[in-house]
Amino acid sequence: MGVRIGWFIVLVLVVDSSTPAVTAALVEVTASAVTTRAHRCTVDARAHGELLAPQVDAVLADTGARPADLGAIVAGLGPGPFTGLRVGLVTAATMGQVLGIPAYGVCSLDAIGYPAAAGEPVLAASDARRREIYWAVYDGAGQRLVGPEVGAPTAAAEQARALAVTAAVGDGAHRYADALGLPLRPEPRYPDATALATLAAERIRAGAPGDPLTPLYLRRPDAVAATARKPVLP
Amino acid sequence: MADEPLILGIETSCDETGVGVVRGHTLLADALASSVDQHARFGGVVPEVASRAHLEAIVPTMERALTRAGVTLADVDAIAVTAGPGLAGALLVGVAAAKGYAVAAEKPVYGVNHLAAHVAVDTLEHGPLPEPAIALLVSGGHSSLLLVDDLARGVTPLGATIDDAAGEAFDKIARLLGLPFPGGPYIDREARAGDPAAIAFPRGLTAAKDLAAHRYDFSFSGLKTAVARWVEARQRAGEPVPVADVAASFQEAVCDVLVGKALDACRTNGIETLVIGGGVAANSRLRAMAEQRAARHGIRVRVPRPGLCTDNGAMVAALGSHLVAAGVAPSRLDLPADSAMPLTTVSV
Ligand SMILES: [Zn+2]
Repeated sequence: MGVRIGWFIVLVLVVDSSTPAVTAALVEVTASAVTTRAHRCTVDARAHGELLAPQVDAVLADTGARPADLGAIVAGLGPGPFTGLRVGLVTAATMGQVLGIPAYGVCSLDAIGYPAAAGEPVLAASDARRREIYWAVYDGAGQRLVGPEVGAPTAAAEQARALAVTAAVGDGAHRYADALGLPLRPEPRYPDATALATLAAERIRAGAPGDPLTPLYLRRPDAVAATARKPVLP
Repeated sequence: MADEPLILGIETSCDETGVGVVRGHTLLADALASSVDQHARFGGVVPEVASRAHLEAIVPTMERALTRAGVTLADVDAIAVTAGPGLAGALLVGVAAAKGYAVAAEKPVYGVNHLAAHVAVDTLEHGPLPEPAIALLVSGGHSSLLLVDDLARGVTPLGATIDDAAGEAFDKIARLLGLPFPGGPYIDREARAGDPAAIAFPRGLTAAKDLAAHRYDFSFSGLKTAVARWVEARQRAGEPVPVADVAASFQEAVCDVLVGKALDACRTNGIETLVIGGGVAANSRLRAMAEQRAARHGIRVRVPRPGLCTDNGAMVAALGSHLVAAGVAPSRLDLPADSAMPLTTVSV
C-alpha cells in the first residue's frame, strides 16, 4: 500500500446483528495492534433495524470521525436469525459501496469462540430459536475445528465431547446449559467487536478485496410449494 | 431543472428490489431486480425467499440506477425508502440499506408509505397531481380506494378489499385455468380472444344491501368461488373449458366493480381526477373501461405506464421528491419498518 509500517492506521467500522446483541464499534487497526475506540451494544432481539444505524452514527460521533475517515468495514456473517442478521450485512454492504472501501465478513461464532478459547477446546453457541443452537467448536488457540452448524443442543454436546471440549460459551450455551452439560465460560456472551476486527486484521492490513457478505443461513427458507392443481374450492 | 431536489428511492416491500432516481418530477433512472421467478413454483411470494433476494440485489441495483442517472450518492439531496406496508423481513432490508446509504453519504432519509408512493409515481408522467383526487390502488398485495387531499401529509382511506386483493384473484383464477404465475398478464392476454359477456359472474359488494356498510369496499372471494364452481362443473360434465371466455368474463367482473366504485367515489365527492396505480393497473381492460366510463362524467383518469404501475424505486423517489418540495421533515435514523403502516401515515 506504500504506507510506512509505523504509520499504518486503518479506522474500521465493526457491525454484528447475528444475536440479540446489536453491535457497532469503531476500531483502530495498526501494523501491530487492534484497539477499540468506541463501542455500542444493545440487547434486543426485536429491534435490529431500529438500533443499528443510530449506533453506527453514535460510534462515529463518539470519536469525532466522519464516515469518509473509515478505511474498512467488518461484519459478522452469522449464523443467526435471518431477519436481524441481514440488517448488519446490508448496513455493511451499502456503507462500503458509498465509501468505496472493502467490507470483510467474519463468522459471528468465531468472535465468541476465538476470544474464549484459553488453551482448551471450547464450544461456542448462539440461540437459533426452535429449541436449537448455532454452534461451532474451537481448539485451544481459537481456531474453528467444526461448524458452524445448527441443531439440537444435545447433538452439539455429543460432538463437542468427542473433540475433548471442556467448556461452553455464548448466549446459546447459557440458554441450553442443562442440555449441553458443559461448564460455562461467562464471556463473551455475544460476538465480540474487537475479536471480529482481529479476525479480519490480516486482510485489512493487506488491503485485500472485500467479501460479498453472504449470510451463513444454514437453514433453507420455509416455503411450501403449491401443488400443481390445488382446487380453489375448499 | 438543476435546482430541483435530486431524490433516490428504494423499494423492497414485496418481491421487487427497486432503486429510482428523480429530479423534481423528472425520472432519471429506474433500476429493478425481481425475484418473481423464484416464487413461481410456490404459486405466491415466499417472504424469506424475497428477503434473501433483496439482500443480494440491493447493491448492484443501486449501482445500475446511479450509473444510468449519471449521478453519485454525494449529489443526492435525500433518500426515500418504503417503510411499509409490506412483508416485514423484505421491508427491513430496504430500510436498513437506506440508512446505510444515508449514514455513509451523510444524507437525510425519508421512510415512506408504499401506497402513497403508488399515487405519487403518476406525477413523473403527468406532472403535479390536482388535489383532491381519488386513487384506486390495485395489486397482488393491496386493493384500496383513497381520497387524496394532501399527498405530503396524509390520505384518507375510503375502502379496501375485505378478503382477497384484486391481483390475488387474478393469480388464483390463472392457476385454476392452468395459466402461469403471476396470473394478471396471462388472463389479460387470454381475455382478448374471449367474450366478456359469455358468463355472468357476480360483482362483489355491489348489491343494495351491501352498499350501506361497504360502499367503497371490495370483495373478490365470492367471484373466485363462482369461477371455480363454473369451471369444475364443466370439467365434471366432461366438456372443454372455454379459457378465453372464462378469463374475459372474470376480468370484466373485476374491472366492473373496481371502476364502478372508483367513479362513484369521484362523483359523490365532486372530484374530477382519478389516479389508478398498482400492478393490476397494467391490465388493458381496466385502463380502457376506466377511461370510457370516466369520460361520460367529465372525470379525468390518470394511469402511469405499466412499468411504473408495478412496484419500483421510481415511485418511492417520486413521493420523496414531493415530501422534500413540501418541506416535510426527514425521518429519524431509528425509523422502523412497519408491515402494517396505515394509509394515514405518508412518512414516518
Ligand atoms: Zn405495490
